[in-house]
Amino acid sequence: MPTAFTPVSSFIGGALIGLAATWLLLSLGRIAGISGIVNSAVAGEPGLGWRWSFLVALVVAAGIWFAWSGTPGRHDFPLPWLIAGGLLVGFGTRLGNGCTSGHGICGLARLSKRSLLAVLVFMATAFATVYVVRHGLGGVA
Amino acid sequence: MKPIVHGAIAGALFGLGLAVSGMTNPDKVLNFLDLAGHWDPSLALVMGGALAVALPGFALTRRRGCTLSGEPMPAPPTTTIDRRLLLGSALFGIGWGIAGYCPGPALANLAHGTVEAVVFVVALLAGSQLARLVART
Repeated sequence: MPTAFTPVSSFIGGALIGLAATWLLLSLGRIAGISGIVNSAVAGEPGLGWRWSFLVALVVAAGIWFAWSGTPGRHDFPLPWLIAGGLLVGFGTRLGNGCTSGHGICGLARLSKRSLLAVLVFMATAFATVYVVRHGLGGVA
Repeated sequence: MKPIVHGAIAGALFGLGLAVSGMTNPDKVLNFLDLAGHWDPSLALVMGGALAVALPGFALTRRRGCTLSGEPMPAPPTTTIDRRLLLGSALFGIGWGIAGYCPGPALANLAHGTVEAVVFVVALLAGSQLARLVART
């Protein structure tokens, strides 16, 4: 489904994410990598309090915005693709130690070569996957 | 302030940012990744906005050398580039390209209460546990 280019709201939203990452580093010395926070929270590692409060607040704040702006969720995506996608995202971010937030925002913000490489790799495979799925297999999305 | 409060502040800013930016809409993400289709460059602006704040924010915080409560900054994480980083990132990109969700937006979509979001997050947690067992991470 086509979506509109939203430069202003996307930049503002991005700035809020950057502010969140800076706040977490400044206040607690922690990196705002969502996959890492989720894994440690689920494993019950020390620091349970701030991790769970971060995750709950993330969902609640997004929910308030959805309700206020009347944004609907997607619900017509094929289930097998969701499961495959979720498994790969969970497996890959654990193995590669980060996702779009940890490597993509925090890693790049601290000029980590390791994170830059991770970003280039996951961007490359993501672009290739979308090309194959949408233009190579007849398309599911 | 207590860590639980700082976590909540950061999480709320993060979730609001994701929602405002439009990145909680997986179709918007997939359209960014689809150069051959109806390309939507918004995701690049999200990265730009995030780095516009976080680059100077991180630099100033690092220069400060300690957290707000005076704790020393933890050492930066590992810098090793290995097969695990490359393979993991490659697999993550494939999964991201299939469904359009990375971990943050997937969690934020739980607020919609859709079956889709729940299924994806459960699969994500399962994939992560699988990686823990297979690779002992």
